[in-house]
Amino acid sequence: MYHFNFAPVLASWPDLLAGIETTLVLSASAMAIGLAVSIVLAAAKTSGFWALRFVVDAYVELIRNTPFLVQIFFIYFGLPSLGLRLTPTSAALLALVVNFSAYATEIIRAGIESIHHGQIEAGRALGLSGVQVFLYIVLKPALRNVYPAMTSQFIYLMLTSSVVSAISAGDLAAAGNDIQSRTFASFEVYIVVTLIYLVMSSAFSAIFSAIERAVFNYPVSR
Amino acid sequence: MIRAFGWNEVLFIVMALRWTLALSAIAFVGGGIGGLAVALARTSSITWLRLITTGFIRLFQGTPLLMQLFLVYFGMSILGLGIDPWTAAAAALSLHAAAFLAEIWRGCIEAIPPGQTEAATALGLPWGTRMRYVILPQATKIAVAPTVGFLVQLVKGTSLAAIIGFTELTRSGQIINNATFQPFLVFSLVAGLYFVICWPLSFLATRLERRLARATAR
Repeated sequence: MYHFNFAPVLASWPDLLAGIETTLVLSASAMAIGLAVSIVLAAAKTSGFWALRFVVDAYVELIRNTPFLVQIFFIYFGLPSLGLRLTPTSAALLALVVNFSAYATEIIRAGIESIHHGQIEAGRALGLSGVQVFLYIVLKPALRNVYPAMTSQFIYLMLTSSVVSAISAGDLAAAGNDIQSRTFASFEVYIVVTLIYLVMSSAFSAIFSAIERAVFNYPVSR
Repeated sequence: MIRAFGWNEVLFIVMALRWTLALSAIAFVGGGIGGLAVALARTSSITWLRLITTGFIRLFQGTPLLMQLFLVYFGMSILGLGIDPWTAAAAALSLHAAAFLAEIWRGCIEAIPPGQTEAATALGLPWGTRMRYVILPQATKIAVAPTVGFLVQLVKGTSLAAIIGFTELTRSGQIINNATFQPFLVFSLVAGLYFVICWPLSFLATRLERRLARATAR
């Protein structure tokens, strides 16, 4: 019979805490930067210029149809040969931004296309400029429409960020790897780390739906 | 000595594609069987079955696939099954696929109007017959597109088996990179091969989705 021994794992709580912090900071910054990038990309894609649309499409398809692990290896090991040398943390952040933006672009594009054309015409008729129409008439309700999809994409991003441990980026999974190699309590370490991820994803999911109820709690016409 | 990146190295990576495909196929079949069972239990009228399967789905959708792989990998040795990356990767990915497919298929089963179930019950069909001849054939039609979409996610997911030491496409890329120090070429090739597998599947999923949307449009 196997004897579980959680003591050495729990004794390493400062490492776990540092790992949690890195995971949260990485995911939150990747989402903030990724959102800004994907709004620009979605605007480019829906702008009507075929060349812009083609470039954004190629980027989105390329990223969505290759594994995140390979993207990380490409950025961390491959880019230095082009003269771009990155620390594990900045490589992890760049990879997460690149990955998240591709998915978020498609989500925001769907949101933008869900805006009725009459809204845009009404905005134009009121004398708003193209940028004003995009920001106030298209983007704002579009973001509201895609809020649920975007929040689950964020939780997915946080779970995916565990893969950056493959280049020892100091995140929660990497902290687990370090504790594992120090204590040899492999199974116990990963049980604890997995439970922490479960708690984080459940907490975010609860927080996001609370925000949705508080912020978007007004009637909407379809 | 640094090895040159030549045709032999390219061939080594291309040949590793079969392990990625084999692992994806096993996980898809295993996950399909498990997923159907979980989806049926999740939509059944028995409370404890629903609770257990909801917990199973939450657990696998709320934790990283990488951690699931580690837990199965190290958990197997504790159960006295020995450490074998092949079995661990196949088992972990099957469980992962079962949870995701179950959630997709639950939605498809619940999308069938309740009138169908009521009519079948009124005709005296027991649960098994009702599912087999009335509900599932209709649910399958809706399920095809999202299932193909998930297949892309699964193929990409098999790359994580590289981290527990299973030599599939990504791991073979790492091995060749360690010998040739040509990361740019190696990982471009690896990414390209994944793209060749995944892109047609994504394309197919989108087309199926559109066709279904057109067929069900009112």
